[in-house]
Amino acid sequence: MNNERYELNKNLAQMLKGGVIMDVSTPEQAQIAEAAGAAAVMALERIPADIRAAGGVSRMSDPKMIKGIQAAVSIPVMAKVRIGHFVEAQILEALEIDYIDESEVLSPADDKYHVDKTLFKVPFVCGAKNLGEALRRIAEGASMIRTKGEPGTGDVIQAVRHIRAMTSEIRRIQSLKEDELYHAAKELQVPYDLLKYVHENGHLPVVNFAAGGVATPADAALMMQLGAEGVFVGSGIFKSGNPAKRAQAIVKAVTNYNDPKILAEISEDLGEAMVGINENEIQLLMAERGM
Amino acid sequence: MRVGVLALQGGFIEHIRHLQSLGADTFEIRKCWDLAQPMDGLIIPGGESTTIGKLLNDLDLFDDLKKKIDSGLPVFGTCAGMILLAREIAGTETVYFDSIDIIVKRNAYGRQLGSFFTEAEMTGIGTVPMTFIRAPYIESAGAGVEILSVVNGRIVAAREKNVLVTAFHPELTSDNRVHRYFIENVIRI
Repeated sequence: MNNERYELNKNLAQMLKGGVIMDVSTPEQAQIAEAAGAAAVMALERIPADIRAAGGVSRMSDPKMIKGIQAAVSIPVMAKVRIGHFVEAQILEALEIDYIDESEVLSPADDKYHVDKTLFKVPFVCGAKNLGEALRRIAEGASMIRTKGEPGTGDVIQAVRHIRAMTSEIRRIQSLKEDELYHAAKELQVPYDLLKYVHENGHLPVVNFAAGGVATPADAALMMQLGAEGVFVGSGIFKSGNPAKRAQAIVKAVTNYNDPKILAEISEDLGEAMVGINENEIQLLMAERGM
Repeated sequence: MRVGVLALQGGFIEHIRHLQSLGADTFEIRKCWDLAQPMDGLIIPGGESTTIGKLLNDLDLFDDLKKKIDSGLPVFGTCAGMILLAREIAGTETVYFDSIDIIVKRNAYGRQLGSFFTEAEMTGIGTVPMTFIRAPYIESAGAGVEILSVVNGRIVAAREKNVLVTAFHPELTSDNRVHRYFIENVIRI
């Protein structure tokens, strides 16, 4: 992948900022998401909550299902590959997917290596729960980062933990002296030049969204106030009582995340939120996949 | 000079940085009471036109903004912004501001693999770096529209009276001359 292509891929993520990316599993759901104001959709056969419930091995979705969703909407369509499964990524590139999510939500294919994303023309977004993971994924060619959170739980605590970890580590790196950066790069196991970028600019070199456990407009606004540039909502929408209404409310919450009056208004009467699982009830921590 | 930047979704911060580098004051427009302040110009950024279009209506911004544009407020739309300002969007019944007599085609270069970078001439400016991200182009333009740039046989920048549009994203490069053009040739006329 040349530098120009990488810039274009980072640019697409910039255009998604301030937006909500919604998990959908059918063309109908994709249309509901688009009509509700989603900036993009993530096509996957089973949303994380169902993956969690079903257990077993979870893989890239059927290309036919992805194509059905691509045909149904005009907004960007993303899809997931297993961590390290570069052939699934080749398949998604052949489908001209707009963004590949190399995702811990699926069962990892490789417990050591991530996909070498520099070999692809289509962009990749990867999960991270701290600055080290984020910069390692960027070094491998990711052009967008999202916090991992804990997918399929409807519990926002892990997403909060991860975005806080990221922003506080960034502040610490900013405060270092130049000559301390070499040691910090060694400690974080990240390339020096990427760490230097963070030191000088105070943010990641790519767009950073929040994901994993966002279920309400207030959750989405919380992530934005904590420094996320946009939000992925997975199970939170189509596992709730009134998906269309909740989706619209979360879109508005991400735009006006700093306005409690508007947040109060849109949080009204949304029907039942997804039931959710507490983090201490979970047996499988997806966020521990792919460090 | 104060320029309002529609900040509902998309790449609005990049526009704000360019405007500030040219000495303009800026403010973000996210809700209807943001429109109470005086405004010499308006920018509608790139992002998803369906998202921004929906939020314009849901947040009660559309009617007031349309009145302002119709009565001559200088406005600059990039990519999704151009779609929102067009008279017609090819293949759909949807129309938003209907402020410039052009027919635009959405996602005209295909999906993200069709996104590209080039440099081309823009009337009144010179050679401009142009970033096209899942971009639209202008399929046809009415007689009153000045065509400012053509890339690969497609119209990618145009102007009619107080309305300037580009299919590409001048806010994504470090070159701020298109914004300077907006300030000097559209706002200060």
